Amino acid sequence: MTSDSTFEQIRKFFDIIGALSLFTHRFFMNVLKPPYEIKEVAKHMYELGVKTFPIVSVTGVIIGVVLTLQSLPIMIKFGAEAFLPYMVTLSVIRELGPVLTALIFAGRVSSGIGAELGSMRVTEQIDAMEVSAIDPFRFLVVTRVIATTMILPLLTVYVNFLAIGGGFFASYISMGTTYDLYMSQVIEVVKFGDIIPGIGKTVVFGFIVGITGSFLGYNADKGTEGVGKASTTSVVYSSLLILIFDMILVQVTLWLWPAS
Amino acid sequence: MARKLVEVKDVYKSFGDQPVLSGVSLDVTETQNLVIFGKSGTGKSVLLKCMVGLLTPDKGTIFINGIDVLNIPLKEMNELRKNIGFLFQGAALYDSMSVRENLAFPLIRNFNFTPKEVTQKVERALDMVSLSHAIDKMPSELSGGMRKRVGLARSIITEPMLMLYDEPTTGLDPITTKEISKLIRDLQQELKMTSIAVTHDLICAQIIADRVIVLNDGIILFEGDLDTLTSLDDPFLKNFFSPEYLEDNYG
Ligand SMILES: Nc1ncnc2c1ncn2[C@@H]1O[C@H](COP(=O)(O)OP(=O)(O)OP(=O)(O)O)[C@@H](O)[C@H]1O
Ligand SMILES: [Mg+2]
Repeated sequence: MTSDSTFEQIRKFFDIIGALSLFTHRFFMNVLKPPYEIKEVAKHMYELGVKTFPIVSVTGVIIGVVLTLQSLPIMIKFGAEAFLPYMVTLSVIRELGPVLTALIFAGRVSSGIGAELGSMRVTEQIDAMEVSAIDPFRFLVVTRVIATTMILPLLTVYVNFLAIGGGFFASYISMGTTYDLYMSQVIEVVKFGDIIPGIGKTVVFGFIVGITGSFLGYNADKGTEGVGKASTTSVVYSSLLILIFDMILVQVTLWLWPAS
Repeated sequence: MARKLVEVKDVYKSFGDQPVLSGVSLDVTETQNLVIFGKSGTGKSVLLKCMVGLLTPDKGTIFINGIDVLNIPLKEMNELRKNIGFLFQGAALYDSMSVRENLAFPLIRNFNFTPKEVTQKVERALDMVSLSHAIDKMPSELSGGMRKRVGLARSIITEPMLMLYDEPTTGLDPITTKEISKLIRDLQQELKMTSIAVTHDLICAQIIADRVIVLNDGIILFEGDLDTLTSLDDPFLKNFFSPEYLEDNYG
C-alpha cells in the first residue's frame, strides 16, 4: 500500500466529513420517530458506563492532583496561592474535565462502536436485520448515539468531582489548605454558572463520539481489515472533531456568558 | 396452471466495471423448490440479494407475489420482507444475542406473539434443526455447522411464504446434510413454502429440487430437472458434477 500524499489525505478528510454530515442528518430524521428503543438505549448506557468507569475515575483524580502541583509554584511566585482552589476548579469545570473525559471516552467507546458495527456489517448481520424488516439504522445507530450523548455528561460530572477532590488532596498535602476554605472557593466557581457551559459541551462531544463510531462502523469495508480500519479511524476522527468543536464552543460560550 | 411467486426478468448487475449478472431471468412457481447451481463467484448470492432488495440491479425487473420489488417504497418492501426468509451464506447470527434471542428477535419485532408463544416457537424451531441443547449458547460458542443450522432455524421461524437459502448445507457432514435437506423439503410440503436454494451439494439438490438452473458467467446455462442435468453430455456441466470436480472443490 502506498501512503497518500498530504493533499490526498486532506481530500479524504473532507469526503468523510461530508458523508458524516449526511449520516448525522439521517440520525435527526429518525431520532424522534417512535417506537423508541428505550430498552436498547438503557442497555448501551449501562455497558458504556461500566466500560469507561475505571479509566475515567483514575483520570479524574490525576487531573486534580497534577493541575494543583503544576500550578502551585507559579501561584506562589505571584503571591496568589490563596486562589489556587479557585483556579483549579475553574480549569477543571470549564475545560479539562469535559475535554479530557471526552477524549478518553472517544478512545474507548468510539473505537468499540466502530469495531462492533463494522463486524456486524462485514458478517452481514446488518443485512440480516434489513431483510427481517427491522431498520438497522434505528436499532443499532440511533440507540448508540443517544446512549453516548446521555452518558458522557454524567461521566463528566463525576470526573469533575474527583478532580476537585484530587485538587483538594494535593493542596492539603502541600499547603495544608483546610476543607472549608477549599470548598468556599469551589462553590464560588459553581455559583457563577461556569458549570453549565462545561457540562453542556459534553453533550456535543458525546454525540460526536457516538455518531463518528457508528458512521465508520456502519459503512465499513468488507473484510476483517475493514473492521480494524473502522475502529482506529473512529478514534482519530472523533478526537479531532471534539477538539475542533471545543474551540467553536469556547467562542460561543464567551458570547453567551461574557461576564464570567 | 400454478401461480408464479417469483419472476425475475433480464436482470443485470455489475460492480464497478466487473459484470456479475448479465441478463438473468427465472421464475419459481408457488410451492416449488428451485435449486441454483454455479461456480464460486458467479453471482448466486448477488442474485438472491437482489430479490430481497439488499442490492439493486442495474437493469431488469423482479416481481415477488406480484409485487414489483424494485419499485416499491421501503414500507411496503418491509411488509413483503416479513413474508420472506433469508438464510445467509455465513448465517449472519447476531453476535451480541444468544441463540434464543436470535430466534426470538424477528418474532418479537414483527409479530404480536405472547412471550409463551415465542418460547414455544423458538424451542420448536431449534428442535427441527436438532439444536435444542444450544438454546442458551452465544453464537461465538457454536461450530460453523451449528451456526448454519441456527441461521436456518431463525429464517424459517416466521413461517414465510418464500425462503431463500444461500448454501444451506455447505460445511455440514453428509448425515446432517440429509437431515437439513429433508427439513427443507418437509417445510415445502407441510407449510406450502416456496423456496430458492443456492447449493453445490448434489445430495441436497437430489432431495429438495423440483427444478434446477445452472448459472455461469452471469447467464443461465441450463434450466430443467436434475436428472436431465446430470445426464447431459455438455462438457462443462459434466465436469461440474464429476467426482473429480466435487473432490477438488469440496473434498
Ligand atoms: N457488495 C459487493 N461489492 C462489490 N463486489 C461484490 C459485492 N458482492 C459481490 N461482489 C462480487 O460479485 C461476484 C459474485 O459474488 P457472489 O457472492 O454472488 O458469488 P457466489 O456465486 O455466491 O459465490 P460463492 O459460491 O463463492 O458464494 C464476486 O466476484 C464478488 O467479488
Ligand atoms: Mg455465495
